[in-house]
Amino acid sequence: MLEVDTCCKEYRVGAFGSGALLAVRDVSFDVQPGEVVSLIGESGSGKSTIGRMILRLARVTRGTITFDGVDIARLQGRRLKEYYGDVQGVFQDPFSSYNPIFKADRVFTMLRSEYFSGLSTSEWDAKLGKALDAVSLDPGAVLGKYPHQLSGGQLQRLLVARALLLDIRLLVADEIISMLDASTRIDVLNLLGDLKSRGLGILFITHDLSLGHYISDTTMILRRGRVVERGPTQVVFGNPLHPYTRTLLTSVPKLHQRWGDLDDGHVRRAGGEPLAEGPLVEVEDGHFVASLAPEAGT
Amino acid sequence: MAVSDHERTDPAADRIATLDVAAPGVPIAARPRSGRSEFAYFALRNWKFDLGLGVVLVCVAAALVGPLLTDHEPLAFTGPTDQPPSSEYWFGTTSFGQDVFTQFVYGLRAALVVGIVGGGIAWLLGAVVGFTAGYRGGWVDDVLNMLTNVVLVIPTIALLIIVAAYVDVHSYATEAVLIGLTSWPWAARAVRAQTFSLKTREFVDVARLSGRGTRQIIATELAPNMSSYLLMMFILLFGGAILIGASLDFLGLGPSESISLGLMMNNAFLSSALILGMWWWFVPPGVGIIAIVGGLYVMNVGLDEVFNPKLRER
Amino acid sequence: MLRVDGLSVYYQSLRGDVKAVDGASFEIADGEIMGLAGESGCGKSTLGKSLVRMDARMRYVGGSVELDGRELPIWDDAKMNAFRFKEVSIIPQYALSALNPTRKIGQMAEELLSSRDVHLDRVLPELRRRLDLVGLSESVLGRFPIELSGGMKQRVVMVLSSLLDPSLLIADEVTSALDVSTQRAVSELLVEFRDRGFVKSMIVITHDLSVLYQIADTILVMYAGKLAEKAASDTIVDAPAHPYTRMLLSSLPEVGVRFAEKRLSGIPGRPPSLLDPPGGCRFRARCPLAFDRCGEEPPFDEVAPVHSAACWKAAA
Repeated sequence: MLEVDTCCKEYRVGAFGSGALLAVRDVSFDVQPGEVVSLIGESGSGKSTIGRMILRLARVTRGTITFDGVDIARLQGRRLKEYYGDVQGVFQDPFSSYNPIFKADRVFTMLRSEYFSGLSTSEWDAKLGKALDAVSLDPGAVLGKYPHQLSGGQLQRLLVARALLLDIRLLVADEIISMLDASTRIDVLNLLGDLKSRGLGILFITHDLSLGHYISDTTMILRRGRVVERGPTQVVFGNPLHPYTRTLLTSVPKLHQRWGDLDDGHVRRAGGEPLAEGPLVEVEDGHFVASLAPEAGT
Repeated sequence: MAVSDHERTDPAADRIATLDVAAPGVPIAARPRSGRSEFAYFALRNWKFDLGLGVVLVCVAAALVGPLLTDHEPLAFTGPTDQPPSSEYWFGTTSFGQDVFTQFVYGLRAALVVGIVGGGIAWLLGAVVGFTAGYRGGWVDDVLNMLTNVVLVIPTIALLIIVAAYVDVHSYATEAVLIGLTSWPWAARAVRAQTFSLKTREFVDVARLSGRGTRQIIATELAPNMSSYLLMMFILLFGGAILIGASLDFLGLGPSESISLGLMMNNAFLSSALILGMWWWFVPPGVGIIAIVGGLYVMNVGLDEVFNPKLRER
Repeated sequence: MLRVDGLSVYYQSLRGDVKAVDGASFEIADGEIMGLAGESGCGKSTLGKSLVRMDARMRYVGGSVELDGRELPIWDDAKMNAFRFKEVSIIPQYALSALNPTRKIGQMAEELLSSRDVHLDRVLPELRRRLDLVGLSESVLGRFPIELSGGMKQRVVMVLSSLLDPSLLIADEVTSALDVSTQRAVSELLVEFRDRGFVKSMIVITHDLSVLYQIADTILVMYAGKLAEKAASDTIVDAPAHPYTRMLLSSLPEVGVRFAEKRLSGIPGRPPSLLDPPGGCRFRARCPLAFDRCGEEPPFDEVAPVHSAACWKAAA
């Protein structure tokens, strides 16, 4: 369904744009219908940039992103609008995602005027009601309110409902629950799980390994713009091969095991000096790891 | 960096902020205006705004009504020369025998025309250039920036002298257009800066994901968020245009076929009114300019306090 | 050692008082690291800050705080000056942005110390030693904050806050903005500070219970301005007595739990408004175990040795 092929994103930095910052390097993966792929990385890993490229909010410097075989970089005007009818995104900060001077439902009315202008009021209300129901929100409690009158959890769910209105096939969820309280996080996460079982493909971008493990089918570990390990979630978590993955797994604070017990003799690199990352090598079925050999050329 | 639920400094204090916003207590600049009445409520309670607004309204009233109160023509040689204020000539006469009062009220009109037209043009240009440069970024921004900088650096006076040599500036509207075309750069810069910061907010992304185009986003998402800013900018441009116009007129670069406050002062100066003690000739136009421009600026300061609660005195 | 008795700190707002911390009583022994956990708005940050400095919005309402046998005059900002930084110190929540960008680190340290009548030269050797301990070279004193990474800045602030060996160190959300690996390093550093005697006891404030499990000896859970439960970390995680703690723990996904196998659930509803909190137990509206007696506020009492909880059902 979605295919990302050797994507790179380069930013010009420095005086007169003379320097180049490679935020994303040679990232390739795909998302099938009904599959949850989690993109796990820390800050600066380029994970959000990938999400933005898929949403056409940022341009791809090299490589291609195709949806149903069509290169999304070529989409313009009406075809871009159609693309947004299939692919939508929800972002990290619920309060920043709403224009504070307008009511929260404006995100819905915006969609209505762009995509559903032909619908009658009752048809629209029915559609909206169904979407709100899918995210377990009571219309009476959330419609007609300003963003500051609603909680972070409600706002995020409204954004998911907005995406559902369009009957999308792929949702890019960029750290959507990291700003929510623990007790509401799990509800939004469960919502994503339910949507997945209804056939929605989800790209779940996060820095939190436990969340990725809870919900995703495939996991990709990102480091400084490169994929260092990729594979079915349980395989990657059960048998982490790349040193960076192992560092991450031993650093995650758990609730029933202390850090000291987890250290398996693996040496953690303080500060994380760059390890020469080579191309991905398939180690076992579907499990790819970046080789540590220095790359030829570059 | 955005702040999460966990990272808010004082979660309880944040509740305060949320609660107060819902109450008619402490509005915040970007607070949804649930009616013009709310803005008016706070604006009118601010003494600076009231004072400034009052002064400006008096001047506007004088400009509208004044000419109806006088039978004379501003430039006509109607009466005896060098007369101090009397019951017949309320503001006295000039050394050419013109009625100062008539000149004053017509001059006020000219000032307001220059202000609205000049300020309006500058506002429009500044907003368009600023929004476009700020939102589009990239090479568009670079080009517009260059343009802005070039216009910024051009000395208005020198330009207008040259223009005056080739184009007979007949009316104040023309002068206003020229002023408008040269005073927009700082407005563009300001709008651009604001747009840059707003552009990174996620609601702009959400609008893009809803299929909205650039112009729509600027008009429906960014501009309303900056409405207080844009209003204040207009007021400043309005006042600035009047001031520039008056300066140009004082230097004799404005239209000579009608009268303005600056021109009055120019005439007074050239006729040595100061030395001769004819205070009635140069004091009214001076006070008039100060009153309008000063009133506008004070109004602006008041508005700043209204929109930005942190500046308010408690 | 710290003894807090009936501490109440409210926030003043136009609509009345926000009862951010209402009647908190607990003790911390010497050498104890106590984690202070809870979700946003529960009052944990307020509680931590009130022990060091009450900012203009906070209003001391009642209760006493005793540190090493001496009463802390937390209601009096000027009197607290004598205690701040020397006896009680805080690593503030926005430590990363607390560093003045126009000042070099060394300059800032000097100013901080001289405000406490301590000359930088006198403590420089110790400062060097501690910087080295946290993995920073002395050259960091000559740098500007912008040249340091998030983790480095956090460590600098940690060292500076504890430089005068305070009896009590309060760490307010110091790991929230950090990457997972830096988080572990910084958390372990906190423990090391205690182990080496730089600080006697510590309060670590965070929403992340799993981090507290790793480094804290005891955990105090707060809800809606009130103390819910306090016990040893192991007890809190393995055998919590308060329903809120239990539900909170069961809503945390851990590596090892998958949606397809076991669907975790959150806590329905929202915390009550602190402007006008309901009488009785504040968790009542969301608690599956609520019954009639919950209309009467349960006291924060011992339900087992060194284990207190505010719940009528906890003792059972």
